[in-house]
Amino acid sequence: MGALLRCNGLTRKFGGVVALDGLDLQVEEGEILGLIGPNGSGKTTFFNVLTGVFPATSGEARFGEMPITNFSPQAVYQAGIARTFQRSRLCLPLSLFDNLMVGNHKNLDHGLWFNVVRRRALKRQIEEGRKAARELLELFDPPLAGRLFEPASRVPMIDRRRIEICRALIGKPRLLLLDEPSAGMTRDETRRLMDDLLEARRRLGRLTIVLIEHEMSVIERVTDRCVVLNYGKKIAEGAYRQVAEDPLVRQAYLGLS
Amino acid sequence: MTREGRERLAQALAIVFVAGLSLALREDDFALFLVARVLIVVIACLGLNVQFGYAGVVNFAGATFFGVGGYMAAVLSRGTGVPHLFILVAGGIAAALAGCVLILPVLRTRGHYAALVTIAFALLFRTFLEVNDSLGGPQGLKLPELRIGPWRFNEPIALGRFEASFLLNYVILALFLAALAFALVVRVDRSWIGVQLDAVRLDETSAAAFGIPIARAKITAFTLGNFLAGVAGALSAHMVGFIAPNNYSFGESLILVSILLLGGIGNPWGLPLAAAIVIVLPEQLQVIQEYRYLLYAGLVILILLFRPNGLVPRPLRRLGGA
Ligand SMILES: Nc1ncnc2c1ncn2[C@@H]1O[C@H](COP(=O)(O)OP(=O)(O)O)[C@@H](O)[C@H]1O
Ligand SMILES: [Mg+2]
Repeated sequence: MGALLRCNGLTRKFGGVVALDGLDLQVEEGEILGLIGPNGSGKTTFFNVLTGVFPATSGEARFGEMPITNFSPQAVYQAGIARTFQRSRLCLPLSLFDNLMVGNHKNLDHGLWFNVVRRRALKRQIEEGRKAARELLELFDPPLAGRLFEPASRVPMIDRRRIEICRALIGKPRLLLLDEPSAGMTRDETRRLMDDLLEARRRLGRLTIVLIEHEMSVIERVTDRCVVLNYGKKIAEGAYRQVAEDPLVRQAYLGLS
Repeated sequence: MTREGRERLAQALAIVFVAGLSLALREDDFALFLVARVLIVVIACLGLNVQFGYAGVVNFAGATFFGVGGYMAAVLSRGTGVPHLFILVAGGIAAALAGCVLILPVLRTRGHYAALVTIAFALLFRTFLEVNDSLGGPQGLKLPELRIGPWRFNEPIALGRFEASFLLNYVILALFLAALAFALVVRVDRSWIGVQLDAVRLDETSAAAFGIPIARAKITAFTLGNFLAGVAGALSAHMVGFIAPNNYSFGESLILVSILLLGGIGNPWGLPLAAAIVIVLPEQLQVIQEYRYLLYAGLVILILLFRPNGLVPRPLRRLGGA
């Protein structure tokens, strides 16, 4: 079986807190995996350890054939994993276009000579970047494509979320990690965002996604499979319906003992 | 007219204005000296702008890197036959290399701590100069006149009936170098490097998550900024003909930073205006001289309170024009 991502015993401690506790997890190529669990159960920590924000205390992660445990964030991105953040992390004073181009880093030429002297070639690359940005935004939300040169601070929250997802998508990753993309949105906005995401994914060729999400109706609708965390440990795994019935999961969520 | 066209026009007008002003003042040594000084300070501040304004790397040792350039020029022009045009470049390279001493602490510290590290470096540099006899100690060093090919900078200009002070030579060179530095900094800003530096300044975590090499970006900005300060320092040393540790005090570094804040951090367009205000005003109001630093401190507080983005706030970047 060709799992795209395979984690074995992934553990991360913060002082005495075991935020991630021996997690074994596989993500199959082309699936949407839901990652759920109560607040503080280690979901964000899993993304952070995977993307090199924090080193793992122990355990390992493989991406395809590549061992990526304790890679730097830059190396993880180059390997083909892109992410969004739970708390929006756009560069607010910069234009939407600049923000998208941050995500497009691997396709751009950053040499001093190229940027300062070879202005024609740079201009061509900028044109290509604008085309890619416009195409992606058109998929997501056509009106946004006309607002490339507005500062990110001036667009509403739902659009910032869209831009963040597009920033992660524009570098054509093989695996996309979404950390509560609908945080702070209404149900209606969440539904639209997910529709847009699914539509974009359909056209981008079955991108593999790990989605952290609190809204269970979204998880039910969007994911192929779920993993449930509690206190950093995996307590259940399977299709949403099956997981939702699990007594351990109900206990973790409802606090029943 | 496109934005690029408008900017070219503005640049051309600014150059014509400075050139016209200098020609009108061609007999007035003191005025020409001030014009050249403003231009030289603009070059140094353009460097600081890349550091503070783009990459978010603080540097309270601007005058030190200026000084490194000056001392490099003094040592080379006194002891070797290196052509003077190369000496200006060597001043920049020396300052950039001196910056390498600071790179590790600058990369590892942030905010107040980074500021303290650069201040400590500035103090060390002065002490080093004062105890170092081969560099003239507290008395400093004299420099010979600048020569580029047949062009002798300390000779008064006399072309037919046109006559002008020797200082016009320095104004011309400073104007040329300032225009060059300005174009360089604007190009850096309007490129992928500019986007990258902004991303590093605004949010290192997300910049790293998209592959941006944080350390390399900061080193590039820091080195480029120090290079410009060093070139400016070398030119200044030749113009004044004399350098001493006192010229490179921490107070001078603060003046450079206050110009940056007044002009509008991250925006090179405000720098010439801000430099002119900060440098020329105290000279005009002699009574203020004694209280210069008080004036600068007050100015900085006023800017931060009432115009935190400076006289000419930085506009949104529009790559590819729009
Ligand atoms: N940087 C950190 N320093 C200390 N503790 C942390 C840090 N990040 C997360 N934690 C702790 O790890 C646990 C898991 O947090 P997190 O992964 O954010 O949970 P979730 O995303 O599932 O809500 C929590 O107890 C949290 O307090
Ligand atoms: Mg979280």
